[in-house]
Amino acid sequence: MTDDYEHYEAVVVGAGPGGAAAAATLARNDIETLVLERGTDAGSKNVSGGLVYAEESSPYTIDDLFPDFREEATDRAVSEHYIHNVAGRSVKTFDLHDLHHHDTEWADAVLRRKMDSWLARRVHEMTRETGGGLLTEVRVNGLLREGGEIVGVTCDEVDPIRADVIIGADGVNSELARDAGLMDWEEPEEWFQGVKAVVDMPEGAIEERFGVDEGEGVAHLFSGDLFEGARGGGFLYTNDQSLSVGTVFHLDSIAEERHEPQELLDNLLTHPLLADWVGDEYTELEYSAKLVPDSKKVAHPSPHRDRLLLVGDAAGQMQAQGPIIKGMNHAVTAGALAAEAFVDAKSRGDTDKAGQHYESKLETEGVMDKLRPTRYATLGKLGELGPVDSLSDALVDSPVGRLGVGLLGDSLERLYNSPFLVGMLPDTKLGYVTLPTVIAEELGEPVAGENTVEPPELDDRIGDLTYDIDEGNPHIELRDNSFTASGTAVTACPVSAKDFGGGCYRDEYVTANGGEEHVVSLDTQPCVECGTCAVVADTDWTHPRGGKGVEYKQG
Amino acid sequence: MRSVVLTKGVPDFREGQVSFDEDGHLERGKTPTVMNPNDKHALRAALQTKVRNGGTVSLMSMGPPGYMEVLQEGMEDVYADDLYLLSDREMGAADTWATAMTVATGINDLDEEPDLLFAGFKTADGETGHTGPQTEWCLDMPLITHVISMEVDEDEGTVRAKRLVEAEVDEIETVEAPLPATIVADPEFEPSYHRAEHRLKHKDLRERTQERAAEFGAYLDDDTDKEPTDWDRFTMWNHADLNLDPDYIGLDGSPTIVAGVDPIPKAPSEREATEIDPDDDGDMEQIVDELTPYAAGD
Repeated sequence: MTDDYEHYEAVVVGAGPGGAAAAATLARNDIETLVLERGTDAGSKNVSGGLVYAEESSPYTIDDLFPDFREEATDRAVSEHYIHNVAGRSVKTFDLHDLHHHDTEWADAVLRRKMDSWLARRVHEMTRETGGGLLTEVRVNGLLREGGEIVGVTCDEVDPIRADVIIGADGVNSELARDAGLMDWEEPEEWFQGVKAVVDMPEGAIEERFGVDEGEGVAHLFSGDLFEGARGGGFLYTNDQSLSVGTVFHLDSIAEERHEPQELLDNLLTHPLLADWVGDEYTELEYSAKLVPDSKKVAHPSPHRDRLLLVGDAAGQMQAQGPIIKGMNHAVTAGALAAEAFVDAKSRGDTDKAGQHYESKLETEGVMDKLRPTRYATLGKLGELGPVDSLSDALVDSPVGRLGVGLLGDSLERLYNSPFLVGMLPDTKLGYVTLPTVIAEELGEPVAGENTVEPPELDDRIGDLTYDIDEGNPHIELRDNSFTASGTAVTACPVSAKDFGGGCYRDEYVTANGGEEHVVSLDTQPCVECGTCAVVADTDWTHPRGGKGVEYKQG
Repeated sequence: MRSVVLTKGVPDFREGQVSFDEDGHLERGKTPTVMNPNDKHALRAALQTKVRNGGTVSLMSMGPPGYMEVLQEGMEDVYADDLYLLSDREMGAADTWATAMTVATGINDLDEEPDLLFAGFKTADGETGHTGPQTEWCLDMPLITHVISMEVDEDEGTVRAKRLVEAEVDEIETVEAPLPATIVADPEFEPSYHRAEHRLKHKDLRERTQERAAEFGAYLDDDTDKEPTDWDRFTMWNHADLNLDPDYIGLDGSPTIVAGVDPIPKAPSEREATEIDPDDDGDMEQIVDELTPYAAGD
């Protein structure tokens, strides 16, 4: 039967920026390329903060690969970048100008539905000329193997497809990466969870409230005591006619301390600092969530197996170091390098070597060092060891530490702007909570604004999302429904909450065998496919079939 | 593979579009005309054949010049390579028999004989389901009705189809017929594209048909100086073009006698309803009071 299978030189799974970069590069080199996207439209399954960076040091940027990208697919060009250290009403703001502009050619705010669907149209035009093309509503559900070796993909909607190279750009919850044994969903420490609200802005409001010109934008970051001690921070980016306001936390922090992600987001939305920016008329266009791999821990040093090459989130290529948050640009570079690796291998007559070429390109082009900085490996990790962490935390919060912060004063701003220092920040409460809080308390000024925003309840947020439900075919199944195994999902899932019946996960007590059991039940209908429960609960986790599930309009 | 799909314009019976007078008679002037919804399944079946086996898909209708928009709708929403409208006063007020005679003549006048004739499962206005089979009878082809999936074997010159047979328990029957044949698509018809190349071709064809439909739309909207008939993908034939005797078509050629028309009675409301304001505490209490007696399971 296998002789009947279709064959393409290259199959790219996922039409995000990584997949688009790979496909465009393959098509430019006349490689017959088929791109498979599970969403009803590219971008309908994608969420990011989102700022897209073009780095000066990078061999490929997205506007190199797609001329007109900035004119057609992005929102405002972000030229100002601030971080706010918050303690109660007290705020100390640092200008991150130098850090933001370090190695940055440009940085634009984006909404993924607009961006990815534009990219997908270009990709389809380019790949169609090679005999391939881009298909939506096709979900790749696994790898096709022959004699134990990966030779193609299997899909829900079409027959298996053979390929000389498979670019797995299927995102943070990559089923291909799991099938190949290259990634797992075991440790919450290895992931961040982001939630975001896209907030409508009246015409002219962004220019007026943020003091920017038309087409120009600003990025604000937030850390300190406004997130109940959860390790992470908040962001606000200006789009053309809306704001992206979101929070990103270490998933283990969300899981262990039973935080409700949507409530932490609300803490930011209702903080007095945001009062003047958000205004009195609050209209939330979309609530969304996603997992983010922590590249320092999970960027795979050898992200390939047989004919499969992983790029972007699928390979853990998402850089988050303190205020530096970069993912899409690395996915673009990796996608183009993976494509280049296959082209090289083909020209040498040995396409099986594509993976090895890709791996060495990630090294020599400096991608891996950005994703897993040596400085973090040596110093940062040390800071995360329990005793060292509590010691530094206590030290900063002590009178001596406070005196130090006071003495350093505004020169702290310079330290925050050092890519070198930021690169070795340990991922602990110290950097996210304690230090910013102490800075705000010692150096900050109280903000005057009165925030009247009332963010929507979770059931309204879910109710406003668009879903195409795959009736009778749930894509996630609970393997162990005991509260001990899967109860964390009740709080950690961004569309579930304790004592809320309309979410994915809820807990209940049932009487069985004469005793009472604390169990969890799952309804996948409101699922936003973020993958949180794959990590914090005991599940069989897959994506919905092509075109089914949530459809983001903003992303 | 030459496919011809038959379609008809019908009143848009969707809520908010359709208009009835006080006596329950359809107000034709106030109700827009659309392509018969069931005909889209026929077009989808024809498009699947085009994707898999190549060839052309022609969409044909008989009716007033206003049906040009119906043809345009089919071209835009599903697919058509070219459009045919059989139209003049002599054809007016035809029953299904006279319509079938006229349409069959139109098909015989095509420069290439069709391999497959497609029709939808009954129209939304007449609901007779006669025209497709009667046309097939005039053309002397085999007929497969209630088709939910199909496949053409060009080498063998056959079509194999699954048909839904409704009975106490629904059954699916697989049948085969030599080409040329007539296919009546069931509303349950599901095209299947299990190869990426088919889906890519489908995407190409959908893009092209939409471009074509936009072009035809420009003629219809008077956005150009030209007439719709100037467009080389549109053909309009009258009875003279088809060499048809007016005595055998239209009202004169129709053996059906309509004895009368009864409006469909409105379904009587079975329960009394009271409107409740959810924000009014008194109203909400009233619900509780009314429901309390039933709470014990009475």
